[in-house]
Amino acid sequence: MGDKTMTADEAVARLASGMTLGIGGWGSRRKPMALVRALLRSPITDLTVVSYGGPDVGMLAAAGRIRTLVTAFVTLDSIPLEPHYRAARERGALELREVDEAMFLWGLTAAANRLPFLPVRAGIGSDVMRAGPALRTVTSPYDDGETFVAMPALRMDAALVHVSRADRQGNGQYLGPDPYFDDLFCAAADTAYLSCERIVDTAELTKAAPPQTLLVGRHTVTGVVEAPNGAHFTSCAPDYGRDEAFQKQYASMPWARFTARFLDGDEQAYRSAVQAWHEAEGS
Amino acid sequence: MTTGLGAPSAPPTRAEYCVIACAEAWRDAGEILASPMGVIPSVGARLARRTFAPDLLLTDGEALLVDPDGTVEGWLPYRQHLTWVTGGRRHVMMGAGQIDRYGNQNISCIGDWARPTRQLLGVRGAPVNTLNNPTSYWIPRHSRRVFVERVDLVCGVGYDRAAEHPESARFHRIPRVVSDLGVFDFDTPDRSMRLASLHPGVTLDQVGEATGFALTVPQEVPYTREPTPRELELIREVIDPGNTRATEVGT
Repeated sequence: MGDKTMTADEAVARLASGMTLGIGGWGSRRKPMALVRALLRSPITDLTVVSYGGPDVGMLAAAGRIRTLVTAFVTLDSIPLEPHYRAARERGALELREVDEAMFLWGLTAAANRLPFLPVRAGIGSDVMRAGPALRTVTSPYDDGETFVAMPALRMDAALVHVSRADRQGNGQYLGPDPYFDDLFCAAADTAYLSCERIVDTAELTKAAPPQTLLVGRHTVTGVVEAPNGAHFTSCAPDYGRDEAFQKQYASMPWARFTARFLDGDEQAYRSAVQAWHEAEGS
Repeated sequence: MTTGLGAPSAPPTRAEYCVIACAEAWRDAGEILASPMGVIPSVGARLARRTFAPDLLLTDGEALLVDPDGTVEGWLPYRQHLTWVTGGRRHVMMGAGQIDRYGNQNISCIGDWARPTRQLLGVRGAPVNTLNNPTSYWIPRHSRRVFVERVDLVCGVGYDRAAEHPESARFHRIPRVVSDLGVFDFDTPDRSMRLASLHPGVTLDQVGEATGFALTVPQEVPYTREPTPRELELIREVIDPGNTRATEVGT
């Protein structure tokens, strides 16, 4: 069996400008932030990003890497509105394909099942139909004759997700209460890069946790990246909660200053800068 | 009125009338999920569960279903939550950046969608909610900025839009809108917004001043009902002893 381990920079080196990129997690929860930070260190741009958006979208938008965004929302959860995303939208810096949360789920599900679309009772009567000019409807072929939105498959070139544990072959385990949609992101993408808090032996995965925590199957994973604290500053329950103090800093600091202070070096430099910031703040 | 300890209790606050008005949305709802968004709807849902809607299902705000004491009774991650929505076993009380006379709701952006003057959250689940399960709204600060003639982007579908799609919208229902001034419903021939009750201490003029469109106002407008002594005790001593409700609606 193949060893798929690689560094975050090696994973990002396999991506290219212009790609459609799915990012797992939800809002400011279990986002693959170490991979996003590696993406920010690369020259990759002109991306179509597919995400239940949080600071992943905020950072990539602030850095001007997103051409098109497919989303139902962008939020930091405890801070409802993502300031960098807001600023990008208000200056017209990206194209938005806004869909409802359920439409988004059916788009992922269609892609994972190699279907062109799935019917969904959502969107009709609302302005997502106006916002998404490519959206079509479909009529039930059965007696009810109801009209649905035909949500197109959200097929992606690559998916980035972060989980609690993984083995070297790409079996991924979540230990928190919610799987979000990470397995679907991996199955809906041509390639998938899985970061995790810790790489362990396969046998270790089910020693202390039940098999249903094995969320992501290795057949959907291209690369495995060990990234301790790799969801920081979003949450990765039960390993750690959201770093609320640091998130506040992210949301209130001008982007250029935030970048200079925290993102100019590698992942190790980021961790040191965050630690130094916490010590200075006494938080 | 007395508390459990026999001491006289303070009269109900505006926040507490709002709690009662929200709780009433789930009266006799049966075995469905209450999805409250905001502090006062959350206190209201828990009050309903402890009193007149004992079969209601509540979440911990994450992926667990819990009883009023916090005992876990089920698992409801986002993916399954969306199935409950489309299965109709849920009554959500959402917020609104804007809402119009037919109950069209906007939480996406203000201004032109292509380049908004103010970007808000995004449509979230409002389109799917409004076509599939009863959707009520909670607005903690009733103003002309929120109660508008026409919303900039329809996220939650209102009655006029639903009427254009009778098959797709056959499960559409907006039971009520609760604000810090009163309770509103759509029990009118053209399904436009009607003042259903005023919270005690609020005048008709106040509501009219704060609403950006002409409301239907019946001849006799009742006041939002008084909480019972038992309900006040539950709100103040059991459900929200930290008085977080006062952070959402002051006196």
